[in-house]
Amino acid sequence: MLRDNIRKIFHEAKERGWVMEPQAKGLLGLAGMDVPRFLFTADVAEAIRFADKIKYPVVAKVVSPDVIHKSDASGVVLGIPGAQRLGEIFAEMGKIRGFQGIIVEESLKGIELIVGMKMDKQFGPVILLGMGGTAVEIYKDVTLRMAPLREHDTESMMRCLIARPLLEGYRGSEGVNVNELKKMLLAFSSLVMEFEKEVESVDLNPVICNASRCVVADARIMLANS
Amino acid sequence: MNLKRLFKPDTMAVVGVSLSNESNPANVVYNKNRLRYPIKVFAVNGKGGTIRGETVYRKLQDIPVKIDLVIIGTKAEIVPSIISDCIEADAGGAVIISGGFAETGSTDLQNYLVSIAKKSDFPFIGPNCLGIFAPGHMDTFFIPGERLVIPDRGKVAMVSQSGGILVDHMVKSAAEGVGVSLAVSIGNKAMIKELDMLRYFKDDPETDVITFYLEGFDEDEGRAFVVAASEIGKPVIVLKSGKTPGGITAVKSHTASIAGDYEVFSSIMAQYGVVEATDEFEMVAFAEALTCYQTTIEGRVAIITGSGGHGALATDTCYAHGLSVPVLSPSAQAELHSVVSPTIREISSFTNPIDLTGSAVDDDFMEVVRSVSRNDDIECIIVLLLPYLPHVTMDLGAKLSLLYQQEGKPIVAYVPHVDKYRMLVEGFMLNKIPVADSIEDAVHMVEAMRRYKSC
Repeated sequence: MLRDNIRKIFHEAKERGWVMEPQAKGLLGLAGMDVPRFLFTADVAEAIRFADKIKYPVVAKVVSPDVIHKSDASGVVLGIPGAQRLGEIFAEMGKIRGFQGIIVEESLKGIELIVGMKMDKQFGPVILLGMGGTAVEIYKDVTLRMAPLREHDTESMMRCLIARPLLEGYRGSEGVNVNELKKMLLAFSSLVMEFEKEVESVDLNPVICNASRCVVADARIMLANS
Repeated sequence: MNLKRLFKPDTMAVVGVSLSNESNPANVVYNKNRLRYPIKVFAVNGKGGTIRGETVYRKLQDIPVKIDLVIIGTKAEIVPSIISDCIEADAGGAVIISGGFAETGSTDLQNYLVSIAKKSDFPFIGPNCLGIFAPGHMDTFFIPGERLVIPDRGKVAMVSQSGGILVDHMVKSAAEGVGVSLAVSIGNKAMIKELDMLRYFKDDPETDVITFYLEGFDEDEGRAFVVAASEIGKPVIVLKSGKTPGGITAVKSHTASIAGDYEVFSSIMAQYGVVEATDEFEMVAFAEALTCYQTTIEGRVAIITGSGGHGALATDTCYAHGLSVPVLSPSAQAELHSVVSPTIREISSFTNPIDLTGSAVDDDFMEVVRSVSRNDDIECIIVLLLPYLPHVTMDLGAKLSLLYQQEGKPIVAYVPHVDKYRMLVEGFMLNKIPVADSIEDAVHMVEAMRRYKSC
């Protein structure tokens, strides 16, 4: 049943070539991965009601079929302190091309990682773990493995990052919950193996990890052409 | 697909032997196998006739004995019909030297060839290849024998997409004393691919280590290759070309942008314990080390030398390659202090690297290697032997090798490879201790034992 729902999401996104964030998060949640509490809405009053419920500060992100890289289009605002500011941001994002609404979601603290996947011609699905955020391609602190991941692969991936001390807790800062991260990598690996024919590449970026959770804060799923 | 008759044939037919042109590739193959190898060889040419008194058969089916291996060096267009003849004559396999297939755009002709062979499960190597070199048994390379540098018979199997690179690796292996079990140039690998070779060598008692020169895999072939390589129980070494991206393609995700073809290749090889050599020298060093030692280590090395400078350089090189040279425990150091000659006791350094100074004698090296061999903190020993030290004899290689046989801890030696020190080098090599001709190479050899180099 879950798999059918996931397949349905892929099917609906097929023509666009990529899965928009609300659907992507729904899909990852179905696959057993942790996602933030969020609401996708085109109604500002509803957005504010939800934000009140999950408590400020909140995050707001634009949802538009024309915007793949939201940060580049000023489509992401973090740390929104209250209803008034959220209302203003809603209005500003309303001007972005293709605006369908916004995502309002809980703010999360922790280390930003990227978990990714690409279909490789010679090896099939390949999984990436690295330090995430917008500077991924500058630091390139990443490690790659062929899927499906075995448990020892997830351990060696964490060990191989230059930023490994940050994951373990560095100079008084708390590390990440290694078991949650492992669980998430394994769930992602199963998902990837099951839908390798449908997907071309995936960026889960950032995945925010702290001592208790590993949460996929944003996801970009590019679909295969066929 | 049974490859036994293809790789270990008793009889060979060479199709395309010219009656008038001795420099024809088929003639080169026919002549060298007739004159130099114990295999029975027959010539085939559609016109028939004789060559130096021997019958030239019009077709394969006319040969009075059953043919194991057929070498095909004719024009590309008639190769499919010869493959049909092979199948009709119940041959064991073929090497198709001829070019003019996928490499020149004639993909249809190549596919047709494969479809004929597949129907009858008939194995062939190539097309567009040099084929098979089996030391002391046969050689299908169309290179005159006197131009080849022939390595000794040994335990390393070599597979290469490129014939030229294969010949070059044979030259380097011969120079380093690395023996070869079988060398195969698979060319366009239309039928027999790397994966088939892996499966064959898994059960080949003459092969302990398999090396591959790879240009690329076909779709999903890489996945099957690493999985098979991790399951055959013998070390697999790869050298890959085409590491630089051919062109920039627009990619929409960070993952696709960062995970370039080579990064993916290299990471996955390490993930599955396939040893990746970064150049041909490393490849030969890795092969030499892994034929001697098939154990996997994490990388804790002891360095024993008579020259502090060599010890320091080797230590730096170890760390640069992700190996460690841990300081020995006080008790281990005290033991070394007690086993060496009184003359060097106070001037040596026992921390690791262990410097026994220019005054050390053979017995000092022996006792220190023995003691370190029994130290569980150390997994492998690099002995930097400088034969110009006045008290070191040429017997030390053989003596240390014997010590390895007793103690079982891997030793890698460095001795400058010059004629003057040949006996020392051979003392190691003949007794299965790998000897490098540079410090860097010695470290490479140790690195080869640390198979799972994922970061």
